Amino acid sequence: MAYAAGVDVGSTQTKAVILDESGEIAGKALIDTGANVIAAAENVFARALDDAALRDVEVEYVIGTGYGRYRVTFGNAQVTEISCHGRGAVHMFPGTRTVIDMGGQDTKAISVDEAGNIVDFCMNDKCAAGTGRFLGAAASALELPLDALGPTALESKRPVRISTTCTVFAESEVLSWLGKGKKIEDILWGVHKSIAIRSAALLRRVGIDEQVTFTGGVTLNTAMIKALEEKLERTLNVSEESHFMGALGAALFALDEILSSRSLAKSQEASS
Amino acid sequence: MTNQTNPEDLVGRGNREGSKLFRQWFAELDETAQQGGQSAYVFVMGSFNEILKTFDLPVVFPEINSLQTAVRRVAHEYLSEAEDYGYSPDICGYVKADVAIQLRDGEHPMGRIPKPSLAVFTNACNTYIKWAEIWERMYQIPIVTIDVPGTREADGQTWRGDEDFENDRCYIEAQTKELIAVCERVTGKKFDIDKLREVLGYANDVSAYWARILELNKSRPSLFNALTDGTAYLGVANGFRGTRTGAEYFKRLVEEMEYKAKHGIGTLADEQYRLAIVGVPCYPIFRRFTELFTEWNGTFVASTYLWFASGGANRGFQYDLNKPLESLAEGILISVRDAMDSMFYQDRILADAIDEFALDGIIYHPIKSCRTTSTGLADSRRYLAVKRDIPSLYIESDMMDRRVVSEAQLKNRIDAFFEGLASRRQKASIS
Repeated sequence: MAYAAGVDVGSTQTKAVILDESGEIAGKALIDTGANVIAAAENVFARALDDAALRDVEVEYVIGTGYGRYRVTFGNAQVTEISCHGRGAVHMFPGTRTVIDMGGQDTKAISVDEAGNIVDFCMNDKCAAGTGRFLGAAASALELPLDALGPTALESKRPVRISTTCTVFAESEVLSWLGKGKKIEDILWGVHKSIAIRSAALLRRVGIDEQVTFTGGVTLNTAMIKALEEKLERTLNVSEESHFMGALGAALFALDEILSSRSLAKSQEASS
Repeated sequence: MTNQTNPEDLVGRGNREGSKLFRQWFAELDETAQQGGQSAYVFVMGSFNEILKTFDLPVVFPEINSLQTAVRRVAHEYLSEAEDYGYSPDICGYVKADVAIQLRDGEHPMGRIPKPSLAVFTNACNTYIKWAEIWERMYQIPIVTIDVPGTREADGQTWRGDEDFENDRCYIEAQTKELIAVCERVTGKKFDIDKLREVLGYANDVSAYWARILELNKSRPSLFNALTDGTAYLGVANGFRGTRTGAEYFKRLVEEMEYKAKHGIGTLADEQYRLAIVGVPCYPIFRRFTELFTEWNGTFVASTYLWFASGGANRGFQYDLNKPLESLAEGILISVRDAMDSMFYQDRILADAIDEFALDGIIYHPIKSCRTTSTGLADSRRYLAVKRDIPSLYIESDMMDRRVVSEAQLKNRIDAFFEGLASRRQKASIS
């Protein structure tokens, strides 16, 4: 049995997925990236190997992706996370033609074809508005853990309107709403709606197709899913594995490499 | 320049000689500054070099001075100085670098820049007008705005014989005569129409050769990188327009390009992707920016910058030396209008370029500090996408300000773009 792996070194978290040759997930892992990017890649891969009960030599091909893709020193090749999210999303939800990936420092709108190839993409530039970091700033101002953001926001009855699009100023706006006596859940739902509005604008630039798949770390936030679904007026494809989508896409590209080198070897054998 | 024809010396000659001419030009400006001589400040989109050279006025292109500070990696010093002086971080980086050059009494990495005796500019960029007013206030010099009527609507250009066109041409001719009167007053010299004919003749040569060089890059493989090499040639085209030196340089450059075309000598060992770029170069990381594309065996075969920043010289307009003033006005009208169209209606030209240059993709490069060249690029991209099935990439940086250039972000987007191009090509080969 051959195995392929994808290691996605993101700005906040590092993920790894190991696939067997049928394309099934054999193991996966997720850790915080921290300051040592090379170590993060090595550690997450080691954990994914443990999860799959494999040794590193059994994994034939590894592809690094994410901002730290060139720091996956044991990787055989690198592919951008833009391509990987597209590929992973179509693998998991074959009808996907539009992907919204919300990560720690950027949000990407990606248009893909039936094979998961990129048709077009668009990202936030030089500004973390509408990204996971925006939620992080709000969580910090409200002294809430990240995983409490979604459930708290969903309790909102009278959401406030967050007007700033700047992550830095978001914190002061949140504090000003607190000063006006607004409830935490109403402020938080306003933050989620503000991000959904910005994300929808990004998506419109690449075109919003029937099936939109939501990927990246922020998929763990149930309020964000609801805010996006309300804004886009459709149900999003989301799964529990959605925050592994970049690593999954990378592993699929790695599997392609293994299978194509095998088929090349077979054809050479046949012709000789 | 020598008249060498050894093929080994021919390849790359344009870059070597262009670089030498550039240094020579700045050395002459330095000498003028040291001696307190006169100079005319002009801009790339309608320089009126033809008139100014007739009066032997050295021309200074503040846009080129400013971009050179970025290429030489000292722009941040100039930008900070202008911001400390009171200019906003949000305005044109070229303006701010020039303000700092003026505040430093002409100090520039390539030599001292003389103070202006007059400034001449068109309305092709709205910043030109406010920029020239800075010098007017600083030095109490005359500034001359030449108002060039642009294309009033898509596909609404008028041509010779049309009443509107003739009115527009007469309007520019009248303004040119006003400019001549200002030049006579500033220099104390009488206008010499025969000298204008001589200058126009050289300008004709430069325009014809410039058009030919751009045309030759349709060759496969392409003969020069339109972003790096092309920008170097562009500097000579602007600075030496209307001179014998400029005409000779471009004659020799055409010779080089024809040789390369004949022998299949390209810029890359393996040219895989032919690209066009829309907008102004990213001067703070000029070489590195191009490498982000050449690393994927992609090269720029066309650039809208070589159209609009040459003042529309790419049209190859030829002045009629028998009626120099009339013809100059016509040439300015057509060429500057074309330069403006290359910024504001570039989708139409690009639609043709896709086939002519066998383009694999188009890179849209809006920049933070130039709204004139950047506004509308996202819409223009969408508009072209409706008409033609051509992959395109939209990346943002700046022409001057390193603070808003993120190489990591650029690389991520460029890598993803090429991954998309590769999968598109693979898919096409299977089907």
